[in-house]
Amino acid sequence: MDFTRRETLALGAGAAALTLLPVGASAASVDELVNEFTGGADVADGGVTLDAPEIAENGNTVPISVSAEGAASIMVLAAGNPTPPVATFNFGPLAGSSSASTRIRLAGTQDVIAVAKMADGSFARTSKEVKVTIGGCGG
Amino acid sequence: MKFKTMTAAATLALMTPAAVAADPDAKLVINGQIELTTETEAPEHLDRMRTIRSGWTFRTEDTQVLQMDDFDNPAMIYVDEARDAWYATEGAADQSCASCHEDPESLEGLRAQLPKWNEEAGKVYTAEMYVNECRTERMEAEPWGWDSQEMKNMTALISSVSRGETVDVQIDGPVRETWERGKEIYYSRYGQLELSCATCHEDNYDNYIRADHLSQGQINGFPTYRLKQANLVSMHNRFNGCIRDTRGVPYEVGSDDFVALELYVASRGNGLSVEGPAVRN
Amino acid sequence: MANVRPRVRTPRSASAGEVVSIKTLISHPMESGQRKDSQGNTIPRQIINRFTCDFNGESVLDVTMEPAISTNPYFEFEVKIPESGDFQFTWYDDDGSVYEDTKTVEVS
Repeated sequence: MDFTRRETLALGAGAAALTLLPVGASAASVDELVNEFTGGADVADGGVTLDAPEIAENGNTVPISVSAEGAASIMVLAAGNPTPPVATFNFGPLAGSSSASTRIRLAGTQDVIAVAKMADGSFARTSKEVKVTIGGCGG
Repeated sequence: MKFKTMTAAATLALMTPAAVAADPDAKLVINGQIELTTETEAPEHLDRMRTIRSGWTFRTEDTQVLQMDDFDNPAMIYVDEARDAWYATEGAADQSCASCHEDPESLEGLRAQLPKWNEEAGKVYTAEMYVNECRTERMEAEPWGWDSQEMKNMTALISSVSRGETVDVQIDGPVRETWERGKEIYYSRYGQLELSCATCHEDNYDNYIRADHLSQGQINGFPTYRLKQANLVSMHNRFNGCIRDTRGVPYEVGSDDFVALELYVASRGNGLSVEGPAVRN
Repeated sequence: MANVRPRVRTPRSASAGEVVSIKTLISHPMESGQRKDSQGNTIPRQIINRFTCDFNGESVLDVTMEPAISTNPYFEFEVKIPESGDFQFTWYDDDGSVYEDTKTVEVS
């Protein structure tokens, strides 16, 4: 099918270069990292909040926030990055809340995972898919 | 779960731009103090558009908020670097910027008029050219590369003290010839892809090119902190990049052609507020 | 490393027990070790690998950082301020450098 430049630009609508194929095959090492963090204990679903954009404007600087009430620490992983570990937040006695925000790098569309270690020794986990787009010209 | 990779030829939007685009009525206020005009009536000379919009209005909310606070704005680290450089003595004449200009705030209002006619030099001058003239003539120091970190930092500082001022670039008088040349470049098609600035930024702003939300290509936010480079980017660097992306041979950063283009593009933003250093994707 | 500059935003005063938001930033390229130069050689990793915030010697936050943290690492978090005192912010670089910043808070 032949498209004029004008039509191609009009059709673009973002979908054209969305890589929906998840990046990377580090699923195995994500499990290993989670097990290392939890010592093999059960991990509940939910109880951790992970805020991340649905579509990242640029994979180089993606703002995220994590929060888990009463958590002693929260580990963040990027399942599709060359190496999944992103950061581990350890909250001290003077932390006002078990929450933090930062900016991270995502190599492509993937799941960002947050695992929290609660004060009582239990664990909770959540994940969110962040789409990382390939830009047009500016990108 | 299997996904098919989409090709440009075959698809409709899967993602609704509205879901991630910012609230069109959002206002840009920096530090709760500086109110900026990000959308206004197009200047008279721009007869093909009714409204002009800053690049800020095309970015996602996450990116927009980064610009609203000088602490959150990553560009401000570089402005701080430039402040240090401002007060540092350099060159054989043992002068610093401060020796003549006192503090950076003394340049308030300047950025809103740049680039402009320099009578003595007999040509249009950009911020970079003024900085280097001071450095070589008055400080007797080495000039900074147009895209060097030091120069980008300094132009960011010069821009930052004019934030909120209304862009008002001269297009008549001695600058007219340069302005016409800039306009010519803006509407010329370049490269294998035969795209002109206007193809994207006038005829297709608000549309998407692949996953990029096209802006009007205004430069009131330059030098801008691009999330992609995680650093400041100059206007000429962006012009160069755009023409390179048409698969053409771009003009050089700092060239007369780009100075002319800068003048013309700046004038398309007459009426918007100086925003630089802004945050873009 | 040249031009590594920390910045922090803390309140100048607070009431006893108040929870306040702190923002920190440090200018650092966070070279991930993934990039290659124009010759094709891998640019070696050099990142800030740890950030800590203490108040009057007690821990508020201790972050283990990986190359996935963006250039110019930024953190925002909350602290419970018990009394007047000093914040101590510390960033640890792969190359052994340690960057610090301190801020005082008055509790009324």
